[in-house]
Amino acid sequence: MANGTAQSSVTLRTDAWWISPLITAIVLGSFGIYSTWRAFSNVDFLVQPYLSPFYSPYILASWWPFSPALLILWAPLGFRATCYYYRKAYYRSFFMAPPGCAVKPMAKSGSYTGESKFPFILQNIHRYFFYAAGVVLFFLWVDAFHALWFEDGFGIGLGTIVLFVNVVLLSMYSLSCHSFRHLVGGRLNLFSKYPTRFKLWEKISGWNEHHMLWAWVSLFSVALADLYIFLLAKGIITDVRFI
Amino acid sequence: MSVAKLRIYRGDSNGGQEVEYEVPIEEGMVVLDAILFIQANYDGDLAVRWNCKAAKCGSCSAEINGMPKLTCKTRLDTLPLDKPITVHPVKTFPIMKDLVTDVSWNYEVRKKIPPFKYAEDTDWKMQQVDVERSQEFRKCIECFLCQDVCHILRDHNEKNEFFGPRMMIKIAELEMHPLDIEDRKPMLREAAGIGYCNITKCCTDICPEGIHITDNAIIPLKERVADTYFDPLQWIITKIKGS
Repeated sequence: MANGTAQSSVTLRTDAWWISPLITAIVLGSFGIYSTWRAFSNVDFLVQPYLSPFYSPYILASWWPFSPALLILWAPLGFRATCYYYRKAYYRSFFMAPPGCAVKPMAKSGSYTGESKFPFILQNIHRYFFYAAGVVLFFLWVDAFHALWFEDGFGIGLGTIVLFVNVVLLSMYSLSCHSFRHLVGGRLNLFSKYPTRFKLWEKISGWNEHHMLWAWVSLFSVALADLYIFLLAKGIITDVRFI
Repeated sequence: MSVAKLRIYRGDSNGGQEVEYEVPIEEGMVVLDAILFIQANYDGDLAVRWNCKAAKCGSCSAEINGMPKLTCKTRLDTLPLDKPITVHPVKTFPIMKDLVTDVSWNYEVRKKIPPFKYAEDTDWKMQQVDVERSQEFRKCIECFLCQDVCHILRDHNEKNEFFGPRMMIKIAELEMHPLDIEDRKPMLREAAGIGYCNITKCCTDICPEGIHITDNAIIPLKERVADTYFDPLQWIITKIKGS
């Protein structure tokens, strides 16, 4: 009974509070393993006209001996790692800081500094990863439109739809970002002086309420888009052409 | 008539234990009703702080089945009644007797926040669009459940380093006020310890007023601190603009 309070146990909660962080850890961990394998593999990422989002933009650099994906993925990885939603997710699931509300954290009392010290103080540069991920997102849109042009001309395949759905979901995730919301209008105190920025801020605030949803669906879509192209490249499946 | 079993913490700063009571269930009954029944019929000396019984005074905060909640807003029919319901005092603050804790630390911290400051030539006409954002934070009933669930205060006991979520929304209310000219960012970064918050959102999850503490107050404040201390681009823009 520290500090004269009435509880000393891990938690008095009787519900299954541990399910949510466990599922998050499994899904995020699985994505981490899959994306690391695909990023380092450097094969089966291009089936004309489809390019895997992990390798977009495709950089052919003679001076770079490793997978070109490694030249790109730091940007979306940094964007997600410093994302305000994912911070909640991995602080709870991996760092157990805390694993659930009103559940004792793993770190010992006196050792906690949160995001006030290195390395977590770097979370404050989230906006710079937003800018970098925005550049990658631009190329993903280019790839999606490129996926409309087959060897025999204009067409729409299942891969085209997969890439478009992916880039739309990634765009929603990026546009609902807390830092973007702040930069667009959140930093203002006099909205009435800036009606356009206020309208934009209102719109982004609406998307921001579902930032968690966009974070998850875009994570799945980017992995599934890559998997689709990988399976095509391996010859395990064949693309369906609608037009 | 069906009965609910309640295990209520009885004790003071020297220690205590759960005591089990049986209470007849009536339609619409809340946990505070059950506690008042016990007080009236079994133990008249059971200490509980309450006032409005309408979720507006913020007095009856406690931990029901381990979760910080208002006892007046927690209906028995929302709880599993096959097991005893545990009711403990809030963990973060020192116990005085039974369910009553000493929350005076919050009022001491509140005094450290610089009050509203206006310019000499202030035009007091304000647009609704400019004050709307701050009005969300004025819904706070000071139940201090957010302070209780915050692991920085609750488990790490960093009361000298972090003001807590309730104070963050107070600061946000002032910082976002269209006519306020005080700059609280240095205090936010240092004395208020906003860097300690790791965005696990428990404060938002348990707020009985539904205030978006993390998304609308703490994250925007973190972004404002980032503008000043972690963003060289913003720093240059501010210097060029001369504001």
